[in-house]
Amino acid sequence: MNEMVITREQREARLEGMGCKRKRVEDIRFTQGKGQYVDDIKLPGMLHGDFVRSQYAHARIKRIDASRALALPGVIAVITAEELKPLGLHWMPTLAGDVQAVLADGKVCFQNQEIAFVVAENRYVVDDALQLVEVEYEELPVLVDPFTAMDPDAPVLRPDLDGKTVGAHGPRKHHNHIFEWTIGDKAATDEAFNSAEVTIKELISYHRTHPSPLETCQCLASFDKVKGELTLYGTFQAPHVIRTVASLLSKIPEHKIHVIAPDIGGGFGNKVGAYSGYICAIVASIVTGLPVKWVEDRMENLSTTSFARDYHMTTEIAATKDGKVTGLRVHVLADHGAFDACADPSKWPAGFMNIVTGSYDFPVAHLAVDGVYTNKAPGGVAYRCSFRVTEAAYCIERAMDVLAQKLGMDPADLRMKNFIRREQFPYQSALGWEYDSGDYHLAMQKAMDAIGYRELRAEQKARQDAFRRGETREIMGIGVTFFTEIVGAGPSKNCDILGVAMFDSAEIRIHPTGSIIARMGSKSQGQGHETTWAQIIATELGIPADDIMIEEGNTDTAPYGLGTYGSRSTPVAGAAIAMAARKIKNKAQMIAAHLLEVSEYDLEWDIDGFRVKGNPERSKTMKEIAWAAYNAPPPGLEPGLEAVNYYDPPNMTYPFGAYFCVMDIDVDTGVARIRRFYALDDCGTRINPMIIEGQVHGGLTEAFAIAMGQEIKYDEMGNVQGASFMDFFLPTAVETPHWETDHTVTPSPHHPIGAKGVGESPNVGGVPCFSNAVNDAFGFLGSTHIQMPHDAWRVWEAAKRLGLHQ
Amino acid sequence: MDMSEIDTIPVTVTVNGRKVQRFVEPRTLLIHFLREELNLTGAHIGCETSHCGACTVEIDGQSVKSCTMFAVQADGSAVTTVEGLANPDGTLHALQEGFRQMHGLQCGYCTPGMLMRAKVLLSENPDPTEAEIRHGIAGNLCRCTGYQNIVKAIQYAAAKLNGREFQEAAE
Repeated sequence: MNEMVITREQREARLEGMGCKRKRVEDIRFTQGKGQYVDDIKLPGMLHGDFVRSQYAHARIKRIDASRALALPGVIAVITAEELKPLGLHWMPTLAGDVQAVLADGKVCFQNQEIAFVVAENRYVVDDALQLVEVEYEELPVLVDPFTAMDPDAPVLRPDLDGKTVGAHGPRKHHNHIFEWTIGDKAATDEAFNSAEVTIKELISYHRTHPSPLETCQCLASFDKVKGELTLYGTFQAPHVIRTVASLLSKIPEHKIHVIAPDIGGGFGNKVGAYSGYICAIVASIVTGLPVKWVEDRMENLSTTSFARDYHMTTEIAATKDGKVTGLRVHVLADHGAFDACADPSKWPAGFMNIVTGSYDFPVAHLAVDGVYTNKAPGGVAYRCSFRVTEAAYCIERAMDVLAQKLGMDPADLRMKNFIRREQFPYQSALGWEYDSGDYHLAMQKAMDAIGYRELRAEQKARQDAFRRGETREIMGIGVTFFTEIVGAGPSKNCDILGVAMFDSAEIRIHPTGSIIARMGSKSQGQGHETTWAQIIATELGIPADDIMIEEGNTDTAPYGLGTYGSRSTPVAGAAIAMAARKIKNKAQMIAAHLLEVSEYDLEWDIDGFRVKGNPERSKTMKEIAWAAYNAPPPGLEPGLEAVNYYDPPNMTYPFGAYFCVMDIDVDTGVARIRRFYALDDCGTRINPMIIEGQVHGGLTEAFAIAMGQEIKYDEMGNVQGASFMDFFLPTAVETPHWETDHTVTPSPHHPIGAKGVGESPNVGGVPCFSNAVNDAFGFLGSTHIQMPHDAWRVWEAAKRLGLHQ
Repeated sequence: MDMSEIDTIPVTVTVNGRKVQRFVEPRTLLIHFLREELNLTGAHIGCETSHCGACTVEIDGQSVKSCTMFAVQADGSAVTTVEGLANPDGTLHALQEGFRQMHGLQCGYCTPGMLMRAKVLLSENPDPTEAEIRHGIAGNLCRCTGYQNIVKAIQYAAAKLNGREFQEAAE
């Protein structure tokens, strides 16, 4: 080797391992239009399918006549519930233990519900045929308001559950009741409130919205009748789970199902669930023997596949006069729509809502969640958050501000006073979690100093005085938020999806020439896994990241994994890849010892290989070891250099952060201008700071959208409003604020590399921060809580209610 | 109505410098013509209502959302898609380089449209301010990046095309 002698720093730098801002591998194809998304895939003879959908929110279906559609040249089939019945596929189980109609079985329960699946030679003919399917309805009374769902005379939405007094999660109190889930010490919590010096109570609603990735949900099913094999391409955040579900439902043996998730155009939780489109495309392919593609349009996406939130949280805090919290009591009314299709770990009907004690040392707490049916789309996905964690963070962060206002305390000071202290970790929360690590005071203080918090409060005071004097029509709000997430589901003792434990996996193979292919159970939808997983391996194994290829999404080659959502990739799959690398490293050490004719114990790791302790000139690089593994393995050791790891995490991880928003609101127009937004995140060990910052920017932008206007609304007839980009608020570059980012680093003590996950933190922390800023702006005028979303119209209405428009 | 009864119309378009002729139904949207007839799948469909801009291509020097234009309307035009953005020698366009250097993309779905919009923006305004860039790409939605690094990516490309070095790093 004529290689020049290079320094240790250069050796380390050329690995492009953990901690460096490695440029993304994926970008090379994406910037040239060479990504491969589902709709880019064409198979010979491919057909297209789409749905006839209900125009009513609640109606009996008296008749479906597809004869005119079937007569249209190019139309191959029209599938209704009648056709699916003999296969037992007209209903499907949901992740939440309920059942959902694949195609309406005599009745529709929400607008745009799937009624018939039309299959034709191309998408234009499908659209023509959809217009020709005649459906005769008999309208039924519509239930939209979850607060009236359990009225005695409320319409019966689910006659299929008639007489079922016990659901998947315990007793049902009413025909529209799904479950009641409680946790915490009720008696002790009630006692804390009975003896409290100060209490607050507020109904805090988190409205219904939608993840709305730019690519909708889609799939391409291709059934080979000769081999009896199904190949299913799809926008799947959890491809292996889809394979298992497809096998259980279709009875096709799992080894004969090949699920492939190619490039995915954003997910944000939307692409976790199993939807009617997947089932119908599979059935249509089996029936026709041809590949069938199903591609949602935007209106179908926004109105049918998976809403998020719709939690109505009655929140009470008990505290001492000087601001020490003594108890938390929360009741949630959860609107689940027509079927309970929440994408939560199966034992958790309200997700991890019991993280609602947040970052604060509540001695006691009690949480009760009632889930109800309404005539709205099913779903309840975790839109860029771990399961119901954004709801919990919004609830507690808004309530802490309400308490601060009542006590006349500064909201940052109130938080500081009640934070879980560094020395309390690992911390047992009143609602059952063990927080792994944190230094909240340090993070909060750093954030307050960075934004100049005290000066901002002084400015706000001056502006309030000016407003009172009539010198300005603008009011200033300062949003304060300190959130703690719970991500990385999860330990198998706690978490499973339909019985499959929520581990994750990695397989690493080192080739003889020292390059690597690694396959993962996770699935990127834009997070850049091909870049960051390689960085972890590069650091662990001393092979340059550029020599490592990461493959995800092919269930034939990848080890079984539970997929990417709930910020679980880094905590779970990221741990699996480090552990697999360490298995390889152990074997590599044996090989190196053999090559160097020393004992394994005489070797030490040094950046990219092993060297003899005290004699660093004698060393073997990982590349040399790789060659030897295939060429001259030690006697008795099997050749090759590869490993698989299935990682069952001992605990979840608890990322946290301190966010501040400065906002100016024109009370006459309701327009809120974001002056500054500062986000400090602590996600433990940072794998790629560039990608972390990108995730934070994106998550904050989604939080901004949710808090400031994005909503899936229904009118009293159950007509969905806002199901197009005309009405559904997605901010453009013009509205989107400038983001300031910062960090502290508190590694997770139980994770192999100390990383916690970050993709969802900005959504979880961002939403309450914007909302707190709006509420903070109006607080001095006597307002305690204004419901989201805070679009200009609603802000203007809030100003009007406060009498500011005379 | 039989498919065979629908008259098809000849369309001649120069796409990425190559002249192509096809017979299409009058109702064929340009995005489907590009993606399904010509297998140019770079431009994507995100909303079908011309809000999101994932389908943006360049037609005779102008940005066009190809999901709301019929293929027949492009007859006689020169269309450039993201597949035609790289330099003739195969090296990447300054925008493609800028998007990678500044982390201006994540899932990649909006990227082809965003790149093609940015190309026309820079041809009309070679050295835009941040505000001009933000207004200039307001017809293109991105769900992943929050736009901040897209702005930087376009600034990077503008600097490079103007013979300057862009100093700022990706955040």
